Amino acid sequence: MYDAIVVGGGHAGCEATLALAKMGFKTLLVTGSIDKIAMMPCNPHIGGSAKGIVVREIDALGGMMGKVADKTLLQMKMLNYAKGPAVRSLRSQGDKVAYPKEMQRLLKEDKNIEIIEDMVEDLIVVDNTIVGVKLSGGEEINAKSVILTTGTYMKADILVGDTRTRQGPSKTRPSLFLSENLEKLGFKILRLKTGTPPRVERSSIDFSKAKMEPGDDKLYTFSFDDKPYYKVEDQEPCYLTYTTPETHKIIRDNLEKSSMYGGIKEKLGTGPRYCPSIEDKIVRFADKERHQLFLEPESRYFDDIYIQGFSTSMPHDVQEKMVHSLPGLENAKILRYAYAIEYDAIDSRDLYPTLETKIVENLYTAGQINGTSGYEEAACQGLMAGINAGLKMQGKEPLILKRDEAYTGVLIDDLVTKGVRDPYRLLTSRAEYRLLLRSDNADLRLRKYGYEVGLISKKQYDKLIKKEENINKIIEELKEITIKSEKKMNGIEFVKRTENNIYDIEDKLSTKYDELELEQAEIQIKYEGYIKKARKEAEKMRKLENKKIPVDIDYDKVPNLASEARVKLKEVRPMSFSQASRISGVNPSDIAILSVYMKRYFNEYK
Amino acid sequence: MYDTIAAISTAQGVGAISIVRISGDEALEIVNKIFDQDIYKYESNTINYGHIIDKDKIVDEVLVSVFLAPKTYTKENIIEINTHGGISVTNKILELLLENGARLAEPGEFTKRAFLNGRIDLIEAESVMDLIDAKTESARKMAINGVDGRLSSKINKLRDKALDIISNIEVNIDYPEYEDIEVMTIEDIRNYSKELNKDIDDLLKTSESGKIIKEGINTVILGRPNVGKSSILNRLLDEEKAIVTDIPGTTRDIVEGSIRLNGVLINFLDTAGVRETTNTVEKIGVEKSLSLLDKADLVLLVLNNNEKLTKEDKELLEITKDKKRIIVVNKIDLESNIDLDMDYVKVSAEKNNIDELLDKINELFKLDEINDGDMTYISNAREISLLKKAKQSSNNLIKSLDEGIPIDMLEIDIKNIIDYLGEVTGESYDNELIDKLFSRFCLGK
Repeated sequence: MYDAIVVGGGHAGCEATLALAKMGFKTLLVTGSIDKIAMMPCNPHIGGSAKGIVVREIDALGGMMGKVADKTLLQMKMLNYAKGPAVRSLRSQGDKVAYPKEMQRLLKEDKNIEIIEDMVEDLIVVDNTIVGVKLSGGEEINAKSVILTTGTYMKADILVGDTRTRQGPSKTRPSLFLSENLEKLGFKILRLKTGTPPRVERSSIDFSKAKMEPGDDKLYTFSFDDKPYYKVEDQEPCYLTYTTPETHKIIRDNLEKSSMYGGIKEKLGTGPRYCPSIEDKIVRFADKERHQLFLEPESRYFDDIYIQGFSTSMPHDVQEKMVHSLPGLENAKILRYAYAIEYDAIDSRDLYPTLETKIVENLYTAGQINGTSGYEEAACQGLMAGINAGLKMQGKEPLILKRDEAYTGVLIDDLVTKGVRDPYRLLTSRAEYRLLLRSDNADLRLRKYGYEVGLISKKQYDKLIKKEENINKIIEELKEITIKSEKKMNGIEFVKRTENNIYDIEDKLSTKYDELELEQAEIQIKYEGYIKKARKEAEKMRKLENKKIPVDIDYDKVPNLASEARVKLKEVRPMSFSQASRISGVNPSDIAILSVYMKRYFNEYK
Repeated sequence: MYDTIAAISTAQGVGAISIVRISGDEALEIVNKIFDQDIYKYESNTINYGHIIDKDKIVDEVLVSVFLAPKTYTKENIIEINTHGGISVTNKILELLLENGARLAEPGEFTKRAFLNGRIDLIEAESVMDLIDAKTESARKMAINGVDGRLSSKINKLRDKALDIISNIEVNIDYPEYEDIEVMTIEDIRNYSKELNKDIDDLLKTSESGKIIKEGINTVILGRPNVGKSSILNRLLDEEKAIVTDIPGTTRDIVEGSIRLNGVLINFLDTAGVRETTNTVEKIGVEKSLSLLDKADLVLLVLNNNEKLTKEDKELLEITKDKKRIIVVNKIDLESNIDLDMDYVKVSAEKNNIDELLDKINELFKLDEINDGDMTYISNAREISLLKKAKQSSNNLIKSLDEGIPIDMLEIDIKNIIDYLGEVTGESYDNELIDKLFSRFCLGK
């Protein structure tokens, strides 16, 4: 008997397993292939716009993605540096060999973790509560809680041209029956789709025809505990190239051979809007003369180059022609062809904000099974599912991050409130309080939670408290310092001016502070007004958040709700007025009606 | 469940007919108790003949309109009882409805129901309220424009502009390396926000006209005793005797009378009472008169053509110098002794010659344009305040741009603009932006 079983060893599964183990729970990880734990089947990035902030949030809470990425990266960039502190975000080129190896080492070293290679094909549910899983051979294993992180593996189909093959990424074994069994339990199943571009051999590319894109000159880490492991000059560059008129002609001439455009006759799963295939781009943006493509190294240990922006489901012979039409790739050797993959997911509105399902108690889901896309999105869900499964076993209150606390909170709230139509990617634009959700303050926002749930050590926590104290000290000291420029002002007024920075007057402070502490003080001073505005907005949301809606409310008894709103409210079962107001199809008038009804409901019950 | 409400829907007073309206689930049941026919046998949207009865005694011969839910104004069952009018009969019928289970509706509650039941949006709801309150033809036109959404479309256009900027900025942030996407520069944003500011200003300017159309021009007539103030007032009112309206019992109990000029109400407020009880002009500034001046849209300062300016005249000129005012020099039929080097209009109340004054009011408030022009005015106080907030955000934006604040901080003001404008029309931010992002820009992995 295990405390918890985690089904799937991708980025969600790893974080869930490690979190549960660290909280002291005996945890079994069931994976199709131990070698492929934490693999990166698509792009080679960890981080990116918004996603890099999530990696920092994971680190602040005590997850491992950031630390593993820091140790294994090929290149690091701070995106959007000039656009301001709120949208800065780190992105690394990960090493597709080293990253999984390091993550596997962490899992294998942990005494609370056991790993087996098998497929989970059914769940054992008694009285709407999970009690265990059934493996492909029929063997049953019991546990108090189960976390499903099945990625793209439920009924996975690889699509290339007119062929459809039931298979996971990189020729792995798919799960054949789990989604049907979930459907039998009452889950609504969605069919989603994503794709990946071809990989070509590095030595067959003429990089002189492309533009070099090196990493940043400044060293960074995702983790708040790490010092950089890499040197600026050791970073691997990426390269920028473009499609040509020839590429576009090949695609247009062969369009009907693509799985998406007629190659496969039956209706396909829904693909992500934010990363259309190259066929999509050429059809939808027909007037664009060329599209950007990035040539990105995948590892120090093998010779693959990933062609970002070139995902396709064309047959192999057409892919050959397409690749050879690109500048610098005239003689390129394709190592792995592009493909699209279709898979089953659940409707994320069947989840509570803890990621526990509403249908089966103590069953949690995280990652692509919930309709998201991206390693970071998966990892933060895995971490939160692991934390909440653990807290529930300890009989403690769940940890639900609010929209003004973390991108992770925004992501999960969107999932459980709005559901997904196409695979969900985090974007900075999804976070309405993003001035508060910065890359630089993830530790200040979230470490205390990590400490409370037991994933952050006393030592790490003390370091945070020290940092907070120092930031306050810097601000206090600046108030007392007088600066003489064209007119007399104190340190705060000096730093507030956009043309000045805190490092100009650093030597006037009583002691040498850490660079990150100075940076934090500067951001807090410079953008005080804006941050205050954002906080005010967030408080409005919090007020509505505190207006709770009972879970057992009968929406059929609420008079005068618009029928669409009634259906949506019944589907989502929001926990607060704030969440209700974010459901699409629920209008202000419905909220007003609901609030009138609730007043009576409460009066009756008081 | 909402309870059933009833009210007299037509203006109180003597008219050809009056209508008593009842809305709610129990409307039919209640009416059936006081009607000598079976109301349940009627189909929706029919007018039916019968009698209202009170314990077997006939109260009135009526026509009863039946509108069954949900296709009604409030989305509830509605019955309208057309009576022969007269205050006592109409009130009696209302009383009967209340006795049998209906509740007296609050002002505007039928429209509120329509909004709560999701039949109309906020702007429409407010426009309908205005329609009910409309005092003149112009106000009615304005209200109707609101109802069919022309105001909404104007504001949505402004909002779309802000959404355009922001979605472009977002795409630059979320896809920082896509060089082939247009990069929103500080200069672009500056131009956009200046344009936005101008558009909001234009709407706010028309809002002043909107208020005038709805509430009329509150005009204070000032002047020391015996300059002919009262006779000018009388002349103004005489001039338009047929349409002089008294509005007793309202908060404007100081209104002496109103005239309609080019369809716009002009309410004359007299301060005579105050002045007659005080001796010195200095005291005019105190108490009621000053607050009256504050509220006035227009001041008519009356001077005597026959006399040199007195100390009091000069003080009145000083007090009113920042107000919208017309200096009216009366008694031009007499010898001119006045020593005034300002623009003024000449009238003679005695000789019934006040055309110049009327022309000036017309000119000052562009009353001709108000009537001929586009009737899409922002009039409601809530809408005005939201627009002003939007403009404040736009000003913040320009200020921040000048200070070189980075683009992510600027966004909070742009988002506020979108939110405030959205609040006017009831649109929510929600997924719009992300949909826009994906439909406009070509991105991908």
